[in-house]
Amino acid sequence: MEKEGLYKLDSIIEKFRGKSGSLIPVLNEAQEEYGYLPLEVQDYIAQQLNIPLSKVYGVATFYAQYSMEPKGEYVIHVCDGTACHVRRSTIILDAIKEKLQLTDEKNTTDNKKFTLETVSCLGACGLAPVVTINGKVHGKMSPKAVKKIIDELDGGEIDA
Amino acid sequence: MLKTLTDLNQAVEKAGEMIKKEGLQILVCAGTGCVANGSLEVFADLQEKTRELKLPIKVKLMDEEEESHDNVTVKISGCHGFCEKGPLVKILPMGLLYTNVKQKDVDKIVEDTLKAGKLVKKLVFKSPDKELYPREEEIPFYVLQNRVTLENCGNIDPEDINDYFATGGYTALSKVLFEMSPAEVCKEVLDSGLRGRGGAGFPTGRKWEFTRRAEADQKYVIINGDEGDPGAFMDRSVMEGDPHRVIEGLIITGYATGATRGFIYVRAEYPLAVKRLKKAISDARESGLLGEDILGSGFDFDLEIKEGAGAFVCGEETALIASIEGNRGMPRPKPPFPANSGLWGKPTNINNVETIANIPRIIINGAEWFSSIGQPNSTGTKTFAITGDIQNTGLIEVPMGITLREVVFDIGGGIKDGNEFKAVQIGGPSGGCLTREHFDLPLDYDSLQEAGAMVGSGGMVVMDNETCMVEVAQFFLGFTQKESCGKCPPCRIGTRRMLDILTRITAGEGQEGDLEKLEALARQIKETSLCGLGKTAPNPVLTTLRYFRDEYEVHIRDKECPARQCKALLDSYIINEEKCIKCGLCQKECPVDAISGERGEGFEIDPDKCTLCGACKAVCPVNAIY
Repeated sequence: MEKEGLYKLDSIIEKFRGKSGSLIPVLNEAQEEYGYLPLEVQDYIAQQLNIPLSKVYGVATFYAQYSMEPKGEYVIHVCDGTACHVRRSTIILDAIKEKLQLTDEKNTTDNKKFTLETVSCLGACGLAPVVTINGKVHGKMSPKAVKKIIDELDGGEIDA
Repeated sequence: MLKTLTDLNQAVEKAGEMIKKEGLQILVCAGTGCVANGSLEVFADLQEKTRELKLPIKVKLMDEEEESHDNVTVKISGCHGFCEKGPLVKILPMGLLYTNVKQKDVDKIVEDTLKAGKLVKKLVFKSPDKELYPREEEIPFYVLQNRVTLENCGNIDPEDINDYFATGGYTALSKVLFEMSPAEVCKEVLDSGLRGRGGAGFPTGRKWEFTRRAEADQKYVIINGDEGDPGAFMDRSVMEGDPHRVIEGLIITGYATGATRGFIYVRAEYPLAVKRLKKAISDARESGLLGEDILGSGFDFDLEIKEGAGAFVCGEETALIASIEGNRGMPRPKPPFPANSGLWGKPTNINNVETIANIPRIIINGAEWFSSIGQPNSTGTKTFAITGDIQNTGLIEVPMGITLREVVFDIGGGIKDGNEFKAVQIGGPSGGCLTREHFDLPLDYDSLQEAGAMVGSGGMVVMDNETCMVEVAQFFLGFTQKESCGKCPPCRIGTRRMLDILTRITAGEGQEGDLEKLEALARQIKETSLCGLGKTAPNPVLTTLRYFRDEYEVHIRDKECPARQCKALLDSYIINEEKCIKCGLCQKECPVDAISGERGEGFEIDPDKCTLCGACKAVCPVNAIY
């Protein structure tokens, strides 16, 4: 990462400087800014907040929200909460994996267009099974419906 | 800016009058479920198209008298709970509810209901026996409910503080500030019998009293909105649909315990709840209901939102405190309890969202009113999120002690797709399952505990006869194992070992003695884990073993899955000829061309070709593939 890129962190850190418990809000906003938390970003935060890098790394790896890897343009979340699970969310997940040729280990497509993740419950159980793409909720999904949405995004026809 | 009690009373009175002037109110549900179904487009369209209406508007409901209104207001509301039928549009004051409203229906609502004063019948809820229910309160889903914490959800605009004032909002706060001492508030809550709605069921009044008595220069109060139980969304609905109630409840908690700072910890997966709460906090602060010398009472209180970052264990209070402090969210041994040493080492009171949402009504109506609802040892109401293989998915609020039968059949409308009831998992991954034999079990803290389950947060996942209980147990344990923070070995290693055994069983590699091993591990983990996550993690396995042991045994001995869910134990899917309507959708969907046959004549799956991908199963409209 270019050194200049890190200066975007300054305004984020400034907002929370001196407040107790500021590490998590700073990481939240940094992740929002960069899409992930590369080691350089963690190191810079550690220096600026005057806490050990080991602590920043410890927190960043503890919570599911944070990612160490860059994500694709579209982040697909397949809900595997209980309600979605009993309404067969696993076949939706399998369909997306097959469509985008992804696995549990490899969750971002080579062209960096899609990242696939599972989440446990989005609280939209009435619409199970649920998939969100960049935060937009798609309810009552089927393998066919979700493949169609991906096709549309791949062609860049609609803006998710 | 409200500076005195009189100011507040005037604001409440004025808001009430303003609501009357709004005339006919059209509320479009803007909860997560309805928004995902396009309710905001319906809202925008309704707003646009009602502008040109000629006033007054005359509306006639079924066989009742015509009502006339001089004005019409379109606004958003929080979640009604009837998510299955969304988007929902409610028309007040008559309480008319339109279901499954799409953008294309807006013209019809304007033309038929608002101009001609008639019902749009196709948008009215119909019961399976085709009876029409135009009024929300008369729909069977709502009849048995008693909405206390959810009373405003769906009826007010959550982004408008005046709407909350119009319901008497913040008068519970003024009552405690000017008429009650902190000790009296604690006693009132204790007398009400309110117990923690987050899971453990500890008496709230007693918890408050501990913090009140602790001496320190600074105390804190926290609302736990880290609703991580998969299948539970009551806290989300209250925070999204009635945020001021949560804030008022927290200020009262602060006053009762002597705390001047509060936090609302919301999980990261609830962006809409965070947005609504932020708006509500800023409105409350501008109105002088947060900050210094609230309403001139001399009491200072302010609060902020802390967003979680995705960790189920942060629902445990000491882990939540660690997370607010900016650390890894790992629990620590108790004592000391947070009431003595909590956030930054100061006395801290933590309650769940639903617990706090009960407080304003308890203060206004009194402890006696609250304890008259429900059971002697489980007073008040409880919200349950009913989901899974059930007709009416949604959020309900019922008196404690209602039976499982009433919830599943009378409110929930029974099982989906004409299947049979098998079990219900209650209390999420920490809870247990209930079966047919519990149909008449009263749902309250003590009865559920006896049955091996728990009220927990109130998640209730209904499962039909096509659900494999071993796979369900594996699913829950997979969840707790993944969410184990790793601090204490019984939970870290024990849940992993249990999961390994369950995975082996569902993969067809179960061995004699596995069940005994599972039980022994479960006992050890329950007894020796540090926090609630580990102590309750084995519950789903223990209850499924208790009620469905034979299903486990068939998996191990005969290498069969009676519910036909464990793929490793199946050769291929089968089409049930009796159910099949010969539509051919499965054939079109099959990626390996394993399905032969003709439309109208019937289909067959070739077991040699079938890869068990499940695509046909998902697309079958009558659930004929198993």
